[in-house]
Amino acid sequence: MSKVSCRKAFSARLTELAREDQSIFVLATDSRGSVTIGGFAAEHPDRFIECGIAEQNAVAIAAGLAKSGKTVFVTGPACFLAARAFEQVKIDVAYNKTNVKVIGVSSGVSYGPLGGTHTSTHDYAGMRALPNLTVLAPSDNVQAASLTEYLVRTNGPAYMRMGRGDVEGIYRDGEQFNVGVAKEVNKGSDITIIACGETVWHALQAAGKLEKDAISARVLDMFTIKPLDEAAVRQAARETRAIITLEEHSLFGGLGEAVAHIVVTSATPVPMRIIGFPDEELLVGRSAELFAHYGLSADNVVAAAKDLLEV
Amino acid sequence: MNIRKLEKKAGQLRLDVLDMVFNSKAGHIGGSFSGMDILVALYYYLMDVGKILRSDPDRDRFVLSKGHCAEALYAVLADQGFFTKDELRTFTHFGTRLAEHPTRDIPGIEIATGALGHGLSVGIGMALFLRADRVPAHVYVLMGDGEQAEGSVWEAAMAAAKFGLANLTAIIDRNRLQISGCTEDVMPVGNLEEKYRAFGWQALVCDGHDFSQLIPALATRVPDRPVVVIAETIKGRGSKVMENIAEWHHQIPTATEYQTIKADLEKMIQEVSP
Repeated sequence: MSKVSCRKAFSARLTELAREDQSIFVLATDSRGSVTIGGFAAEHPDRFIECGIAEQNAVAIAAGLAKSGKTVFVTGPACFLAARAFEQVKIDVAYNKTNVKVIGVSSGVSYGPLGGTHTSTHDYAGMRALPNLTVLAPSDNVQAASLTEYLVRTNGPAYMRMGRGDVEGIYRDGEQFNVGVAKEVNKGSDITIIACGETVWHALQAAGKLEKDAISARVLDMFTIKPLDEAAVRQAARETRAIITLEEHSLFGGLGEAVAHIVVTSATPVPMRIIGFPDEELLVGRSAELFAHYGLSADNVVAAAKDLLEV
Repeated sequence: MNIRKLEKKAGQLRLDVLDMVFNSKAGHIGGSFSGMDILVALYYYLMDVGKILRSDPDRDRFVLSKGHCAEALYAVLADQGFFTKDELRTFTHFGTRLAEHPTRDIPGIEIATGALGHGLSVGIGMALFLRADRVPAHVYVLMGDGEQAEGSVWEAAMAAAKFGLANLTAIIDRNRLQISGCTEDVMPVGNLEEKYRAFGWQALVCDGHDFSQLIPALATRVPDRPVVVIAETIKGRGSKVMENIAEWHHQIPTATEYQTIKADLEKMIQEVSP
């Protein structure tokens, strides 16, 4: 399995799909480098629209294009699209049910060295609260490419966020995904670890470590943040003794809270631990350093699992 | 062009708006009255409404960026047969689709609007589509003058000029008043003609209540360049009760005021020479 960034997988697949599907348009916000969408721009110049450093305008233009039947991908760093252009996403995309795919790259703490202006650890919270919007976070290049294809094939508003760096492969080529259905990437019966995006790999590492201690950990890749796979969460609450969530997001309003919402209303609630970034300004540092510092790590998940299971 | 017919229509539609606002105790009557002649020029003269009714791909597009004046557009759409006039009575009622800002699923509404500073960008997207697919149709976007304080308007102004959108016309309902007072006190928008010109637009100023000026301005096309029509208007146009008074941005007439405004409008309609 190759080590490729999700954004590159997204761009490559979209460029490929645009050869057949003439309705695909891409809008950039002076971000063709950060999105790695230069290939699309070169190959389909008539369907690549450079909007400059103006995210609000770009998202609303995307809605106008989509209103007339185009499939529009508006791309840029997640920190800007999910914050500065949030009202445009809320109204022009979600409220108007336009066929716009908001693609936020270098999400979470990918831009950690750039400081707090460039983090997007709030986007699940904001986007989850918008009716009509599908929210996706692929965990590796295979999934990113597959979800890109899903976004092209389906009509409706969506937000997909991807990190900047190359990520470890989770899936083999050709793996199939159903949006709204969690992917079980490790079977387990003692505890369930639910992760999404780049944290899935860390959850898998944790499951491997737990196995050595005879703890059987189920790992769910919850790549669809919304609509959340409630059945998989309820099943985890029924079949395993505890649930840990792991996300590259604030503890507020993200995957953990979404899962907890289901768990507390299930017939068999179980203890939970939510791992993410605390409600404070994050230190400056590279993504891996921040993951390690704030406990988005296999070791921290292992410790939490043992604590929850009292072993 | 039968200007008298348009004037009469604009008067009658203002009466419809007055009834909606008075009966529902909601709405933005001042801006609806200032912009009504612009809507009439578009929907009764410049645009092929039959194509819009059929949702033809080559229909002209209208975006009400100043979405708070939805009742003016609803009155026009009902009169043009997009939905029944009876439905106007549901304006802002529980469960209605006729909210105080245009909602998504109303026939004739291209896009739901209401937060200011979105419409021009959306219009650019529509104009880009029409051009990409070589559809010979035009996009009109009606904005408020207070709305010009939204930064996103100027992002769009830059972009429309960059893309050379000859199929896009922005219209500014320049009534010089907004909810808190004069636009020039709240946030001076200054010389809009010069500003848009500096951004690369063809900018025109006209009397927004004179169809003989309004229609040629709205019909102006310039190769590779978007056009902005700054329509000088009067907030509350049609009744001395309301004209040029900022409070009428969204004030609801009392029963007495209702009668006076109604009488003023009826007189205005009668005075249109036959």
